[in-house]
Amino acid sequence: MSMDRRQFLKIAGISTILGIGAATAVNGLRNGGAEASEFEPGPEALKAKRWGFVVDMSKFKTDEDFARVIHACHSIHNVPDYGNPKDEIKWIWKDTYEHTFADQEERYMAGDRKEKPFMVFCNHCDQPPCVRVCPTKATFKRKDGIVMMDMHRCIGCRFCMAACPYGSRSFNFRDPRGKDDNGRPFIKELNPEFPTRTMGVVEKCTLCYERLAKGLKPACVEQSGGGIVFGDLEDPNSEVRQLLGKNYTIRRRPELGTQPSIYYIVGGNENA
Amino acid sequence: MYDSGKIIAGLLVFVAIIAFPFVYSMGTDIVKPEPKIDTPVIQQMAVKQCVEPKTFMRREHMQLLNQWRDEAVRDGNRVYVGFEGKKYNISLQNTCMHCHSNKKEFCDTCHNFMAVHPYCWNCHFVPKENKL
Repeated sequence: MSMDRRQFLKIAGISTILGIGAATAVNGLRNGGAEASEFEPGPEALKAKRWGFVVDMSKFKTDEDFARVIHACHSIHNVPDYGNPKDEIKWIWKDTYEHTFADQEERYMAGDRKEKPFMVFCNHCDQPPCVRVCPTKATFKRKDGIVMMDMHRCIGCRFCMAACPYGSRSFNFRDPRGKDDNGRPFIKELNPEFPTRTMGVVEKCTLCYERLAKGLKPACVEQSGGGIVFGDLEDPNSEVRQLLGKNYTIRRRPELGTQPSIYYIVGGNENA
Repeated sequence: MYDSGKIIAGLLVFVAIIAFPFVYSMGTDIVKPEPKIDTPVIQQMAVKQCVEPKTFMRREHMQLLNQWRDEAVRDGNRVYVGFEGKKYNISLQNTCMHCHSNKKEFCDTCHNFMAVHPYCWNCHFVPKENKL
């Protein structure tokens, strides 16, 4: 059988179209919709449009108040203590007024607020700079406003640490499961229900996403004795919005446009 | 053919090198890995059924785990509707390893046989470590 060029091109063209069409049809049928219904948030999961916090500094009176909250968070999330400030891993920590509110120019403030430490943790910004710079989408913003980390994806480039204006991110320069020179493990008590991290990834507060899924409030909120209040910032009837309506609050570095979602009540309400 | 002696000798050497691994291991018995499921939790189950049928799990557990990870971490979907509509909490440490508490006899037998080294356990706890 002989064939001219025209015939050959016709047959080749038709069979290509048929082949691609058939493959697409078969694939389309195989992935037919069922996947979306296989996953659910869980019946007790707490839901919100945008999670936020109000921190009432008047409730943090002693060092013990700070230590209790920090311990609650760091112990359940297996946060390692490397024993030196250079390698320090912190999800929630206390810091001075000058460091916390570096932009505030007030020379005098009501009471001794300026001399006391502040409770600080990830602001879960509405416009998170860490998410913008992450090259692998290891850090991302969830639909409910949580700025999350997917440790599986983190390549340890630390762009997010450079981008975050609040110092909320820490890098694992060492293996969190290791031990120091004296044989003391970096994580004192392992919580077997939560994973550790590995050397070479960045970690931060995850707004206790694993607790929200079970219907529990974040650990810091639970242990703070009313010092940290948590709720939906977009719900006008939520506890946080009620507090924001009644109190004068400040946020960290609002001029940067990151829209942080932690509001601090710093006192002086009588005159505000 | 020019240089036929050299070419044929070269081909023979080539075939011998390629065939060497097959010939070498011909006599030895290949022990097929048999992951064990005789853990206390599984023993107590009335119907010994994983989240999906055995054949699916055997072939696709890695894809399933990746999907679980993405749904739980990225979308906050913590419940998986599995085989026959049964619901499971999505967690490697707290769900998978709750039943399969014998990592060495379950995970490692096949993984070692296939020479794959998943890095799950750099971060997630192996059940044995729970006793620390």
